[in-house]
Amino acid sequence: MAREALRAFVAMVVLTVLFGFGYPMVVTGVSQVIFPGKADGSLIKRDGKVVGSALIGQQFYENVIGANGKVEMSKGSPVTQPDPKYFQTRPSGTDPADNAEYTEFADYGPNSTVTLAALQGNITTYLCMNSSVPYTTCDSKGFSASDTLYDPHITKASQIPVDGVDTSASGIDPDISVANAKIQAYRVAAVRHLSLATVDRFVAKYTTARSLGFLGEPGVDVLELNLALDAIGNGGR
Amino acid sequence: MTVNGWLQIVIFCALLIGLSPIVGGYLAKVYMGERVFLTPVFGWFERGLYRAFGVDAKREQDWKSYAKSLLLFSLAGWLILYLILRTQTLDPWNNYGGVKFYSAPWNVTFNTVSSFLTNTNWQYYSGEDTMTYVSQMLGLTVQQFCSSAVGIAVAVAMIRGIAGRSGKNLGNFYADVTRTILYVLLPMSFIAALVLVSQGVLQNLSHYTSVDGISGIAQTIAQGPVASMEAIKDLGSNGGGFFDVNASHPFENPNGFTNFFIVFMVLILPASLVWMYGRMVGSRRQALAIFTTMFVMWFGGVTVAYAAEAHGSPAQHAAGLHTQVIADSTGGNLEGKEQRFGIADSVLFDVSTTATSNGSVNSALESYTGLGGAVPFANLSASEVIWGGVGTGMYSILMYVILAVFIGGLMVGRTPEYLGKKIEAKEIKLVAIGLLITPLTALFATALAVASSAGRASIPSLAAGGPQAFSESFYAYLSQSNNNGSAFAGYDGYNNPNVGNLHSAGVTFADLLGGGVMLLARYAPILFALAIGGVLAGKRVSPVGLGTMRTDNGTFVVLLIGVIVLVGALTFFPALLLGPIVQALTGHLYS
Repeated sequence: MAREALRAFVAMVVLTVLFGFGYPMVVTGVSQVIFPGKADGSLIKRDGKVVGSALIGQQFYENVIGANGKVEMSKGSPVTQPDPKYFQTRPSGTDPADNAEYTEFADYGPNSTVTLAALQGNITTYLCMNSSVPYTTCDSKGFSASDTLYDPHITKASQIPVDGVDTSASGIDPDISVANAKIQAYRVAAVRHLSLATVDRFVAKYTTARSLGFLGEPGVDVLELNLALDAIGNGGR
Repeated sequence: MTVNGWLQIVIFCALLIGLSPIVGGYLAKVYMGERVFLTPVFGWFERGLYRAFGVDAKREQDWKSYAKSLLLFSLAGWLILYLILRTQTLDPWNNYGGVKFYSAPWNVTFNTVSSFLTNTNWQYYSGEDTMTYVSQMLGLTVQQFCSSAVGIAVAVAMIRGIAGRSGKNLGNFYADVTRTILYVLLPMSFIAALVLVSQGVLQNLSHYTSVDGISGIAQTIAQGPVASMEAIKDLGSNGGGFFDVNASHPFENPNGFTNFFIVFMVLILPASLVWMYGRMVGSRRQALAIFTTMFVMWFGGVTVAYAAEAHGSPAQHAAGLHTQVIADSTGGNLEGKEQRFGIADSVLFDVSTTATSNGSVNSALESYTGLGGAVPFANLSASEVIWGGVGTGMYSILMYVILAVFIGGLMVGRTPEYLGKKIEAKEIKLVAIGLLITPLTALFATALAVASSAGRASIPSLAAGGPQAFSESFYAYLSQSNNNGSAFAGYDGYNNPNVGNLHSAGVTFADLLGGGVMLLARYAPILFALAIGGVLAGKRVSPVGLGTMRTDNGTFVVLLIGVIVLVGALTFFPALLLGPIVQALTGHLYS
């Protein structure tokens, strides 16, 4: 018995060294040599500075400017809202949104009034940002379709692609659906004074097709798209 | 549902059906001690390990000796993992996004250690903000190899008992574990890890990356040795992810190809073990009958869940959303699912991982519709025999096969025989107890958890009114007792107010009950499986006669499915009624 127990401990220590240290280290070494960028998180640089990862969604927000012309503050940090000139990622269940250091599921059950309330909030935000009402004047208590600044086809919940209002699983989903991007394109084009055709072209360019043509769903990588739009500047072209 | 969605599922099935017999043939060679193409590469290494362990690989063990080795090996693993996790505070490079990671409290660690030892990988903690790289690699990854190797070893030993023509020996435990790791898990994991990295899965030891996003919002991006853990997590039916959101995290599962690849890794070994069984008992048709049983039940689950999720949830419809497929959008219940996977790939993944005892998820089970979520429940209620975990699925379904033979024998009025060996009172007693331990553990633990205030403390208030709260508790213990590890998220065993375990506290009741459930429902059935192997090993084989009930035809497949469903339904139906079935039948919203 004692001999058998000793054998078990020896075996476990040997296996721990081999598979807890040797195996991951060899995989790390080989990966770093063959796929250095991928193994390090597919980071994207702009002007020599890392601005994010192509695989990780991030917040494209701006500071809210109050009535007095100053940045509104809450508990010592600035209040932010989605920046209309950027395509926006999907709703996120992390705290804060798109937290790539601490991911968690939103855990909205299918038969829950809490889920319903969350969806209604997301729908209001989406309609405010993308329907015919200009975002900056949209009051979350209600809106009316009077202006045609943004997508004129979107006036009610049933017209929103589900990915625009359903919370993602990871909370850092880098992609939105093509349908969602085509709606947001109206807003981005208007705010950046670009033609809709130009923005649509960019959307098509940054759409990731299904792997091997049939695996997964197509999606638009929001960070890459926004970066490309920033690169051409705000002048209409 | 879309054409492309079904195309993926059908191609997946074709690959699984086509490749699993080949891998199964390889596995049979490995466990029958024959030369395989990797022998020249790892042969010297294998012999070196035996020398280091002080093992004579040729010395066969009877079932009691085999079980003793297994239990001591697991005990050693338990103690070493507990030590590693509890001394995490001292780990080198302990700086994750500027935060030092302390050790988790003893009760959470008890749960986590039991979880990884038993191949469950139930996680009350969230990886990227509580576990150091040392804990992830040296602790958790090691047990992902060892626990899956133990599962396969038990299946192989039991099969040797069924196939054995003489004596009562089942093989050598250390030889089986070593060969599993060297010839199966290590080479497959290594290649799979590199394939995953090529698609964007992380593999580094860097500090977390702090960036200013393009609109100036700061973001910290977690890093780590993910691919090496992801590979064995999928191959070994482990399921414990590096990150909290498991395989929905883009760094674990970045695109449609990796998703398909991961689901394939999850199913290939459990499916191949069936063909290995056929080789070892010398009958391909026996394997085909079991394979068909598993395949039919799994495929049924995928179909039901796909239809349910594509239909959308009551909350979505109440909010006025349209959930049909429209141009450029998948539609359906995309709540808790990733855009790049859509509905079909999310369902294929989660149904497969809950059918095997993997328990990894790429979409939040909590957010599945009532009917879609009932499929994982059904998978677990079948005691992990729809493929099941590596090894565990095989030995569990063999117990069901023996039970089905017995029931069939009673119906036609003959002495039941399986592969020429008489199934008598002793075997049936062992099978009956072996099969009932897991469901009984699940039900008793659930009853304790929902009937006591200590248990109800784990039910969160968020987004889970009414039947969902019961579903969460039930699923927690169903998952832990089946060594699955997936969760209807939200059931709390751990309060971690700060990143890095500072001032955190476990929920002792949930941690200890869960840990105990995992240990009991893992090791007790293992002992019964080995005992059955041991008893059958010594039996004489009688020739097949006209009166022998066939166990390799369609009738037997139907009987076997009937027995599995009947046992699962009789045990769990009342409990299932209170949770997922209520939700599936109503459009009502609960607060």
